[in-house]
Amino acid sequence: MQLITTMLLDGLSYASYLFIVSVGLTIIFGVMKILNVAHGAFYAWGAYAAAYAIGLAADNDWPDWSGFVLIFVAAILVGIVLGTIIERLILRKMYHEEEVLIVLATFGIFLILEDVILLVFGVNPYFAYQPMALLGSVKMGGIIRDVYSLTLFGLAILVAFGCWYGLNRTKWGKLLSVVIFDREISLAMGINVQMVYLVTFILGATLGALGGAYIAPTISVAPGFGIDVIVLSFAVVVIGGMGSIPGALIGSLMVGILRAIAVHKFPEFELFVVFGVMAAVLMIRPEGLFAPEKARRI
Amino acid sequence: MSSNLFKLVGRTVLAGGALAAMVATGPAIAKDTINVGIASFLTGPAAGPFGVPGRNGAELVIDAINAGTLPAPYAKAGFAGAKMNPIFVDESGGNAKQVGEYRNLVEKRGVDAVLGYISSGTCMAITPVAEELKKLTVLSVCGTPRVFEESNRTYVFRTQAHAVGDSIAAARYVLDKFKDQKGYTGINQNYAWGQDSYKFFDITMKKLAADTKASDNPQFPKIFAGQYGTEISTLSLDPAKLVHTSFWGGDIEAFVLQALVRGFFKDKQVISSVGGSAVDSLGKKFPDGVVMGTRGEYGLLVRNKDEPLNKWFVNEYKKRYNAYPLGPSYQYASSVLAYKIAMDAAAEKAGGFPTQDQTMAALKGLSWQSFGGKVSLSLADGHQAVHPVGYGITKWDKDKKEPSVSDVKFYAPGCIYAPAGQKSADWLAAGMPGAKC
Amino acid sequence: MVSMAWNDKTIRWAIIGFALLAAAGWLLPTWILNNVMFGLARGLAVLGLLVLWRTGLVSFGHALYFGLGAYAVALLEKYGGVTDVFLKFGAAIIVAGVFGFLLGFVLRNYRAIFFAMLSLAFSMVLYGVLVKMEVLGSTDGFSVTQNTILGWKPDGKYPLFCFIVLTCVIALSAVQLYLKSALGHLTTAIRDNELRVEYLGYSVARAIHVKYLASACLAGAAGGAMAMALGQVDPDSMVNWTVSGELVFITIMSGAGSVVAPFIGAIVFEFIRTYAFELAPQAWQLIVGGTLLAIIFFLPGGIWSLLEKPWAKGEADNG
Repeated sequence: MQLITTMLLDGLSYASYLFIVSVGLTIIFGVMKILNVAHGAFYAWGAYAAAYAIGLAADNDWPDWSGFVLIFVAAILVGIVLGTIIERLILRKMYHEEEVLIVLATFGIFLILEDVILLVFGVNPYFAYQPMALLGSVKMGGIIRDVYSLTLFGLAILVAFGCWYGLNRTKWGKLLSVVIFDREISLAMGINVQMVYLVTFILGATLGALGGAYIAPTISVAPGFGIDVIVLSFAVVVIGGMGSIPGALIGSLMVGILRAIAVHKFPEFELFVVFGVMAAVLMIRPEGLFAPEKARRI
Repeated sequence: MSSNLFKLVGRTVLAGGALAAMVATGPAIAKDTINVGIASFLTGPAAGPFGVPGRNGAELVIDAINAGTLPAPYAKAGFAGAKMNPIFVDESGGNAKQVGEYRNLVEKRGVDAVLGYISSGTCMAITPVAEELKKLTVLSVCGTPRVFEESNRTYVFRTQAHAVGDSIAAARYVLDKFKDQKGYTGINQNYAWGQDSYKFFDITMKKLAADTKASDNPQFPKIFAGQYGTEISTLSLDPAKLVHTSFWGGDIEAFVLQALVRGFFKDKQVISSVGGSAVDSLGKKFPDGVVMGTRGEYGLLVRNKDEPLNKWFVNEYKKRYNAYPLGPSYQYASSVLAYKIAMDAAAEKAGGFPTQDQTMAALKGLSWQSFGGKVSLSLADGHQAVHPVGYGITKWDKDKKEPSVSDVKFYAPGCIYAPAGQKSADWLAAGMPGAKC
Repeated sequence: MVSMAWNDKTIRWAIIGFALLAAAGWLLPTWILNNVMFGLARGLAVLGLLVLWRTGLVSFGHALYFGLGAYAVALLEKYGGVTDVFLKFGAAIIVAGVFGFLLGFVLRNYRAIFFAMLSLAFSMVLYGVLVKMEVLGSTDGFSVTQNTILGWKPDGKYPLFCFIVLTCVIALSAVQLYLKSALGHLTTAIRDNELRVEYLGYSVARAIHVKYLASACLAGAAGGAMAMALGQVDPDSMVNWTVSGELVFITIMSGAGSVVAPFIGAIVFEFIRTYAFELAPQAWQLIVGGTLLAIIFFLPGGIWSLLEKPWAKGEADNG
């Protein structure tokens, strides 16, 4: 019983992390039909920016809770700056190209951003443990857990709700649905599709950066940790259905919990389960478990 | 037809021929400079805590040797009189990439020797290539005993003792200090270093204390995984109190941060065989009471050792890089020093600039006073170093505002390494006959 | 068959070019020889991707077959003690071919991004298995050190170089002949309109399956050749998704214009990487990524489009 609770909690915590990281990817794909490999770089940049800011705050004796504010500020800044540069300078010129070329271009962007991190932040690791230390720990299911990782769960719910609300209850959301539904008609109707694309990309980038920024306090922020995140979030997004936000939620939960079970019981299969499930879902339901309804065009 | 294509091919052939003529080398003639490739992690998660301190240690000592400012008895300038021009290369990107880069170092850039390498994976990968290309290669940090125990090497040396000693010393230290703890588990990276480290720790515990109980679920996450939430839960659920880890670089830092906040160190006794870099980088955040090793007379454990070479090294390093030298700094410096001693000795014997074979002959079986202590190439037919390995218990020094260690105990090579000619695994299985502790 | 091959202009000149390359190998310094060899090996996998690409399919998981080929070679040597180049190479192709044949039944029904993603998933499954299994070398992989040719143990890499050159010529000629055959002509037809191809009485699924099998075998051959040329296999440099990405990158960089292009592109890539690494050890990814973007924006036809004009002119002169 204790084992089951532990696995469930570990799984949920990892799933929350996966959801926050991958929801930006699925939004960008859903609207722009771009499979964005550079997402891993947003994640890394978010982590670096947050760790840098929190470290600076600690050096200047700001209170520890300021870290939570800085995490969000860092993520938004990274999202706006990188998102704008990449969308305006590179992607905008490519929308008429083949999908695979765009994927490759984002791969190129990823490689470049990885090294720019190195040039900007150097190779020494950054630590930003203050927010995690501030929240302390709590005993749950017989073992001690850190509260910070549990807040991930709250953040995931917040992000999920925010996305749902934004899409279904705001004017912007309606615009988005229209553009997703039919880009050409939207253009003809006078919707500023370029603007919608830019905002979507910034939003996706910010969410990717938020994933990194929020995880920064728990790790040693060092070069090269964006690589594994890309395929993991690909797996999540594909399992749930590319472009679907509830899909990303279900995908994260499946991957998170299966991985927790694997680590506890069959450590050799830790990575296998993630991609095994991804392949299985693609074989059985290629569109993913929660694919958005395809619009039928006349 | 495509005369252009022909021209292109023709030009390539001509250029290639010219290059081939250029790289052809003659016998050893006196040189003003030697080019030496020095590999360490310059990018990726291991760069900050391992690669760069290692590189810095090498750089410091190379500059001092070139200028002749190293303390006695190594004050003679140069490597057999020649200045070393180090070519620093990055060790990250996977083994296959490293093999390619090693070939480039030797065949394209024509280096006189290659020093360095941190990961056991890289060392295993480049060793056969070094033998194939017949290039003197001195490994600095990597620990897996497989490098020399799987087959005999001619061109490859290692100035660092192998992982078996780290594991045996860890087990002996633990049994010495924490007699009443009967259960142990571990978290180690899933590659040569981590697998070997835990395997040898496990065997030693079983041999030395039959009543200890090994966990049936030790953890082996992927190297550089970064997030250990689930693994920490697994270890927490395990009744074993002792937790062995050979994590290094960013992994040990991340693990400590994540475990610390979960009160892991209050509940468990952690034994870290090579986490010294994290003690410094995390500072007062690093928990007290962790059993900490540095894989030899390096870094934290010998920081205050009162010997002229050590004092010189610590002071100069601090002056230049504004930090204490870490384990890898010592390990790289030691390789450079061994290479210099061998070059000088070979030059004296040959009465002129030594050939690679003469240098290797001088290096074989060499025993020298290094920066932290004495090192002897006494295993694997004079290719594999041994030296004492020690552990201590971490404690944050409030007055000096820097980390310190107490209860430091070093184990002599005769206690923790199989005698020359025996395989470590066989020796351990036989119950470590002839160990002198 | 042979005369048919010789009558094809591309094959004829490729044979002459590769023969010259093999001869030049005598004179080339070892490091150039090595990089050319790596380029040729990778070029085989890129040739495989080219076959798929002409049909409009892009695999983001070809590292699966590259890795299978490489590991087939390494495991055969490690556990079977086999050192013969022909045996190891054959094993690489067979292992990749068997997997390609089986997975082909699934993948032949997929198109576009789904094809890319499912390929990626399969390759990452192999990656996950290799990384976590100690008997399969986990992250360390294995060394491949013994290469013998029919019992003869050559000194140096030149014989292996010639072997790889020969393999490339055979592979390239076979692909060229295939593309010129009726089945091969379906390639572009499928890309343009699948439905019409079906109406013509051909099975699109089967045609794609054949192409997929061929490209899997080529990637397997590439991995096997790479393992022997390099002397090392490991999951991060041979099976991870970045390897698949690199292969697609080289395909785009080479251009789809000719079966010769993949080899030229792969060799160029190998040299770009070597020099980037040498000039900027901390920023080589930046150089590679920048090259990728530059190619996409300024040279959409790939390197081949630079060579195509003189080539076409030569043809006119000949005509």
